[in-house]
Amino acid sequence: MTRKSQLPIPLDPERYELRAPASYVFESNRREFFQFLGAGVFIACAASKASAFQESGGGRRNSEELPKEIDAWLHIGEDGGITAFTGKVEVGQNIRTSLTQAVAEELKVSVDSIRLVMGDTQLVPFDMGTFGSRTTPVMNLQLRRVAAAARDTLVDLAAKQWSVDRARLMASDGQVFDPQTKRSLPYAQIVKGQQITQRLPAEDPLIPASDWKIAGQPLPKVNGRDFVTGKHRYPSDETLPGMLYGKVARPTAFNATLVSAETRAAEQLSGVTVVRDGNFVGVAAPTSAIAEQALSLIRLQWKAEPQPSNAELFEYLKKNQSPRDRDEGPVAKKGDVQKALTSAAHKVQQTYNINYIAHAPLEPRAALAEWNGDQLTVWTGTQRPFGVRGELATAFHLPEDKVRVFMPDTGGAYGGKHTGDAAIEAARLARAAKKPVKVVWTREEEFTWAYFRPAGVIEVTSGIDADGKITSWEFHNYNSGAAGISTYYDIPNQLIEFHPANSPLRQGSYRGLAATANHFAREVHMDELAHAAGIDPLEFRVKNLKEERLREVFVKGGEKFGWSKPKPKNHGYGVGGGYEKLGYVATFVEVAVDRGTGDVKIQRVLTAFDCGAIVNPDGLRNQIIGANIMGLGGALFEAVEFENGRILSNHFASYRVPRFRDVPPMDALLVDRKDLPSVGAGEAPIVGLAPAIANAVFDAVAVRLRGMPLGPLLVSHGYRFA
Amino acid sequence: MASLKLAINGQTFNVDADPDATLLSVLREQLELTGSKYGCGEGQCGACTVLVDGKARRSCQTPVSTVADKSITTIEGLAKNDNLHPVQQAFLDEGAMQCAYCTSGMIMSAVSLLSFKPNPSEKEIVDYMQGNICRCGTQPRIIAAIRKAATAMRGARS
Repeated sequence: MTRKSQLPIPLDPERYELRAPASYVFESNRREFFQFLGAGVFIACAASKASAFQESGGGRRNSEELPKEIDAWLHIGEDGGITAFTGKVEVGQNIRTSLTQAVAEELKVSVDSIRLVMGDTQLVPFDMGTFGSRTTPVMNLQLRRVAAAARDTLVDLAAKQWSVDRARLMASDGQVFDPQTKRSLPYAQIVKGQQITQRLPAEDPLIPASDWKIAGQPLPKVNGRDFVTGKHRYPSDETLPGMLYGKVARPTAFNATLVSAETRAAEQLSGVTVVRDGNFVGVAAPTSAIAEQALSLIRLQWKAEPQPSNAELFEYLKKNQSPRDRDEGPVAKKGDVQKALTSAAHKVQQTYNINYIAHAPLEPRAALAEWNGDQLTVWTGTQRPFGVRGELATAFHLPEDKVRVFMPDTGGAYGGKHTGDAAIEAARLARAAKKPVKVVWTREEEFTWAYFRPAGVIEVTSGIDADGKITSWEFHNYNSGAAGISTYYDIPNQLIEFHPANSPLRQGSYRGLAATANHFAREVHMDELAHAAGIDPLEFRVKNLKEERLREVFVKGGEKFGWSKPKPKNHGYGVGGGYEKLGYVATFVEVAVDRGTGDVKIQRVLTAFDCGAIVNPDGLRNQIIGANIMGLGGALFEAVEFENGRILSNHFASYRVPRFRDVPPMDALLVDRKDLPSVGAGEAPIVGLAPAIANAVFDAVAVRLRGMPLGPLLVSHGYRFA
Repeated sequence: MASLKLAINGQTFNVDADPDATLLSVLREQLELTGSKYGCGEGQCGACTVLVDGKARRSCQTPVSTVADKSITTIEGLAKNDNLHPVQQAFLDEGAMQCAYCTSGMIMSAVSLLSFKPNPSEKEIVDYMQGNICRCGTQPRIIAAIRKAATAMRGARS
């Protein structure tokens, strides 16, 4: 409990995170809330200490105005039902479950008495979005504070009712208990007839992780039954009476402009509305089949400029650097890398190429839009409901309070659903058709008109001294991003720089974002250095590492994996790891090579992971294994093929994603640090896999793979992943 | 347009549909049975899987007129009187889902597999489920859930 670890590196800038506008409109007051929720106790939690103090200046109770910056709020109703509100959204990371656990823990109630309202811009506090693994370190904490404050308020009320000293009362199992008189009062009874609001300063006492009873335990998905019975309505399942189906005519190439449109035949179909607005052409029809038919009758002429293809991608990115939009300079600059390199015992200089990949969430982008006068309501799958509200307000010249965005739990996102494309399309068609319209992208549209994880070129030059200590580290990333670009190894001379380029494709967030590319280059390069120095790769890492928590996942992971045990003939071991989104990760891979056929098979994967105090070990394991399986695609075979403004790999038949046969035995080692704050786990566990595979391949067959995906590179050396 | 009688989940539905319309579009758009999902529309991902006479079929590749005289089961019809099918229960017990968009297709495929292969090996499960995509990476738990369901169903039969 006494060991404390200082985070050595500030969070890297997330260049490609598409951010919500900073403007904030707070529409609801407490009266509206009680109209919506009924009587009871209502607790709001200020986003920052400063605003809590400011807002609480006029007395804490019964104020009419709510604070302007709130992260979470919670209501306890007369029926004992507890409703918590958050702007975070559920896309499969199972935060609906982990956040519910947090509330249940602090409020001392059962998990099933809690309803979590997520991602409804009319009901929940403003939230920038669900990205950057911020839910657990930030929202989990805020909801715990709100729940702890609610518990205190309930104890206060019971003490008042009984006219006893509150200090002797306890809360447990949804009631307040007086050990002296053995009396108890259920929460439902305490709040009866009350209309109390309370704001709290952001520092209420919280239950330490070592005393957790509900949090810290494996808990299955809270609404799991709705998913195994098909009852849950995803965005693409939403319907409204009289709803039409919308389709959009797509350009023949990126950035094409519409020259002419012949839409008369489509307009003559019964019940069909055709919209042409600038470069936007779309239809709305009573069934999706009629919408498709209408689309096929439209004749469009587009004008497009020649564009690069993936064959020339890496040269293009290096040649087409974009002018700096802010005065950035190097991410790290210390010592003198040139001087240190001159006196190094071994030098390594290498380039690593990273392809674009697609998120390919199984549920494509979808939205249902409805207008009531100038009031717009949209159901859509997005990681940024408030951001999409802003996009809609801008697109239709509306104030934000005329737009409500509702986000039902959605079928996957992985950083790919930040934008409101489908929402805007559905709303545009609905406005013209004067009926609700649903737009569900086809798989081909999803592969083409979404955005991609950035491609990149990474150049690394490094040197080590005769003892195997790294003395010089120069790292240049072209285009793929700055996330995870800093090195966590202890190196006296560093020059680390991110160089933005004019990307030929639309690019944006992805699980772990650029951290996967930067970890790949860094961790493969580390292996190259270890090889040059003649030191075991795991020993070499630990030798150059001061950060205690990172050492621990490398060392403990290595022990569980059996790194130092002799390996079978024709087998190779590889390791890759790092620090990302406040989590510490080390991934170990064993491969086996068949010298006759050249088949290289991944035998097993182990990921050791430390994300502080674990909130839900079962959900955590699902995220760690899931990140590694998703990561197999980008590591081994995923790459977006494109040519002249068109995507060629636009179906699951031409863009391979991991399937059952691709999944080797996968294990996770959870390092539970109950003495440290809980942080996120959705992204960091993906970063170690690709370098660990590449390094295991080198260990087995002495072939160095310096690009993602690894598969095509391995083939050029006469081997292949089986 | 044709008038079709469809037997779905033990109920008979009369629908007017283009004979070439996919079973998936009729289920989702006309009958509000949205548990079967659109994932690709090309039979590549398995999210739309339903049972036709007890066997797994990709409903996005099935013209509705070809199943008019057959017995169709969707995810909504799997539980009986609120009792989950053993495969549904095993998916819950194993936490074999994350975003769960693939789940109904996974469950329907697994029910089909276990109907003719009550005790499948891991390799048989993997081979049969190869056509179902899970983007969240839950495959090991799905395999575990199918094994668990197989054991439960064999136990119930004996």
